[in-house]
Amino acid sequence: MNEPMLLAGTGETPMHETLAAGENFNFAYLDERTKRMIRRAILKAIAIPGYQVPFGSREMPLPYGWGTGGIQVTASVIGPLDVFKVIDQGADDTVNAINIRRFFERTTGVKITTHTSQATLIQTRHRIPEDPLTEGQVLVYQVPVPEPMQRLEPREAETRILHSLAEYGLMHVKLYEDIAKHGHIASTYDYPVMVNNRYIMSPSPIPKFDNPKMHLNPALQLFGAGREKRIYAVPPYTTVENLGFEDYPFEIQSWNVPCEICGATDTFLDEVITDDAGTRLHMCSDSNHCEARQNAGGVAP
Amino acid sequence: MSPRSFSTPLLRVHGISKNYGHHVALRSASFDLWPGEVLAIVGESGSGKTTLLNTIAARNRPDQGRVEFAVRDGGLQDIYAMSQAQQRLLARTDWGFVHQNPADGLRMDVSAGANVGERLMGLGHRHYGKLRAIATDWLERVEIDANRIDDTPQMFSGGMRQRLQIARNLVTQPRLVFMDEPTSGLDVSVQARLLDLLRQLNRNMQLAVVIVTHDLAVARLLAHRMVVMHRGAVVESGLTDQLLDDPQHPYTQLLVSSVLQP
Amino acid sequence: MYVAVKGGETAILNSYRLLDERRRGDATLAELSVGQIQQQLRLAVDRVMTEGSVYDPELAALSIKQAAGDLVEAIFLLRAYRTTLPRLGTSVPLDTARMQVQRRVSATFKDMPGGQLLGATYDYTQRLLDFTLLAQADCDHHDLAEGQARVPAMQAQEPMPRVVDMLNQEGLIEQAPVPAGDPAPMDLTREPLRFPADRATRLQNLARSDEGFLLAMAYSTQRGYSYTHPFVGEIRVGHVSLEIAPEELGFAISIGDMELTECEMVNQFAGNKNEPPQFTRGYGLAFGHSERKAMSMSLVDRALRVDEFGDAVQSPAQMQEFVLSHSDSLEASGFVQHLKLPHYVDFQAELDLVRKMRFSAQQMPSPANLESKP
Repeated sequence: MNEPMLLAGTGETPMHETLAAGENFNFAYLDERTKRMIRRAILKAIAIPGYQVPFGSREMPLPYGWGTGGIQVTASVIGPLDVFKVIDQGADDTVNAINIRRFFERTTGVKITTHTSQATLIQTRHRIPEDPLTEGQVLVYQVPVPEPMQRLEPREAETRILHSLAEYGLMHVKLYEDIAKHGHIASTYDYPVMVNNRYIMSPSPIPKFDNPKMHLNPALQLFGAGREKRIYAVPPYTTVENLGFEDYPFEIQSWNVPCEICGATDTFLDEVITDDAGTRLHMCSDSNHCEARQNAGGVAP
Repeated sequence: MSPRSFSTPLLRVHGISKNYGHHVALRSASFDLWPGEVLAIVGESGSGKTTLLNTIAARNRPDQGRVEFAVRDGGLQDIYAMSQAQQRLLARTDWGFVHQNPADGLRMDVSAGANVGERLMGLGHRHYGKLRAIATDWLERVEIDANRIDDTPQMFSGGMRQRLQIARNLVTQPRLVFMDEPTSGLDVSVQARLLDLLRQLNRNMQLAVVIVTHDLAVARLLAHRMVVMHRGAVVESGLTDQLLDDPQHPYTQLLVSSVLQP
Repeated sequence: MYVAVKGGETAILNSYRLLDERRRGDATLAELSVGQIQQQLRLAVDRVMTEGSVYDPELAALSIKQAAGDLVEAIFLLRAYRTTLPRLGTSVPLDTARMQVQRRVSATFKDMPGGQLLGATYDYTQRLLDFTLLAQADCDHHDLAEGQARVPAMQAQEPMPRVVDMLNQEGLIEQAPVPAGDPAPMDLTREPLRFPADRATRLQNLARSDEGFLLAMAYSTQRGYSYTHPFVGEIRVGHVSLEIAPEELGFAISIGDMELTECEMVNQFAGNKNEPPQFTRGYGLAFGHSERKAMSMSLVDRALRVDEFGDAVQSPAQMQEFVLSHSDSLEASGFVQHLKLPHYVDFQAELDLVRKMRFSAQQMPSPANLESKP
């Protein structure tokens, strides 16, 4: 697509109308120059799996901390022929997912779906869909804190050096401490991983249950942190290994009950309180997956 | 107590100078350090001894002069010509640095075991049980009760923290350790115990040590050779026993005579 | 049978409607006009422009109206709008020495050329609630001060050389020389902040930063958390001409003017190898009449210049990573408030872990358990 000149050209008109008017904005809201800048960052991220690429994050109509990184990544890669799905905590219909989906519906007009298998582009907050992804699909993660060592070392100048020299002793000290204190590693979400044998990366606050899905995934995985202004990526078929010790290896969560709606025994389950007495019900976090299983004849136990 | 002889020194310091504005902190200091040797840098506060230590430990670039270290798979190399990556690797493997205040050289909110194991984890050790066994072994070697392995240094006495700091530095079997007044602030009996430990470690591990101290008694107990500093300059150097028994320079004489005889 | 929760979209649309109603309030009362906000809440407008990084009083007033007076929300609206604006060019650096001054004070000298000009300020008012303001309509009994209280027409003014320039004549105050090659400063609205950041970048961050945060940081320096012995060299408030120099013309032309507040703080003197001691500086600049912001900015600017003066870093105001990473109201507000978003999956994971740990703690014999055995 030709680079539009300053004010002339497709879609460079400034936004005088609010989004509600539905007119006068560029495809996917961002101007083409900004998209190009973000795509360059994405390409660099793909070339160096797991490395956090700084980028000039823009103020978006949604607040920092609410998915602006994921939105900017999506806005830069989405095209008119894409089929788009948005989930938050695994569900298509939580308010945040709806808000983001509406934003893209109005700024792109692309086809929307709740079915993982039908989507070409999926934006997610804190979960990976249960249905395995395929080649050609793109998964965009919303990341609050891209730096896996930030809680141990808040200074960016220092963590940058640690990454460049692959000095990851600090990360393992934390895991050692967990085992010494609790008898096992205490991170249950945002569990740090080693990508392509080189960079330690935060997978975003997905439950560790989902971590194995990242390894050698045929889809392209992109990560956007808008507030912290970083983009990183895991290209298809890249190794993603979970940190741990040889004698205390990584383990995923398990439940001793199945989903009480569709009967699945291999999915991540949410707990819902159903009455004043505190009765609990377990159901699949992935709403689309649960629904599909019900329609296919899966039964509550 | 004499070190084995080698053909090249482990550390060669040549003509180190450092100024802060008009103040001359260091004036052309030079010495060689041999494997397994303990060298004491002695002087009053303001003599430049800590500045000297920091320049030779790659923590403070000198204005003039060279500092060369005999790396494992090569000869003497200028440490300031190394990349930051090389310097940092050196600092975590073949060198140690023991701070005067142990809190500066430890992770105070992390267990003793993790403090000792960190360097190994940074080098790729991934077996929790083995790391713990090595940490236990080292705690015993520095005479800390192995049951304290899961306690943080917050709960340790000053002397224990210092011994933990030493263990943390020695776990990678470095050939050279820098120490900045490691015994100050400790009770006399605790000091004596620590010095004894250092003497053993030096002997058993062929560990070279550069130790800064204002206390001649520490130098006498620990050091093979001594360097006396006064107002930024090295005024005298030589074998410890010789210097203490027969000081030549007036300042050294003053120092020696002012130490209370037992 | 449990039915999964649906209807998020309806909830959102309803919330828009409720928000509109709340924002409008009692419909029997006249609606606020953007013009009224722009004129009568001008100090709020000034803050929104400064932190929103857009000099447009009308748009700032609009965003305040839309945000029902929540200034951080208004700043958000303005900044989000700014993202969509094309970049036409860069102005010639503003020359505040040529400012049409409405107000100019200095704490370092009793008097100087141009004089001390009090102007319109709350400084010497007595903070007594004026209940006459409860009455609507134009009140005749307000004495409108003539001359300096109003925006002056661009009339000729007595020359007002800057106080720092006067100290400069004796070589008493540090110079701020243009770096070799006169490189363009980094644009934080286009590129991410990296550390360590140079002074121009830091100043840009501080100019956009939340006034409350900056005020607290500045205050901390005065209370001993890296005290810098500050004196107000000069505060000047007034209109400055905005000029651009298009290539076709080859000279600068004025395209308008903007109201600015500038603060030059004179700080602790310092000498080095080459220079005997001079006073050091802190600088603050804000849109509109924003003295608190400009002053806070100048104090924090000086505190962050630790590398240049070899000061020991002892307190938060001197740590650039601490100050510059937390100064942006939108980043801070967004992340703090994002905790309202669903986190039940993460929480679920924590819940399981805590249950597991409590279960193991109960299984394992503790000394108390052993003692109680018969």
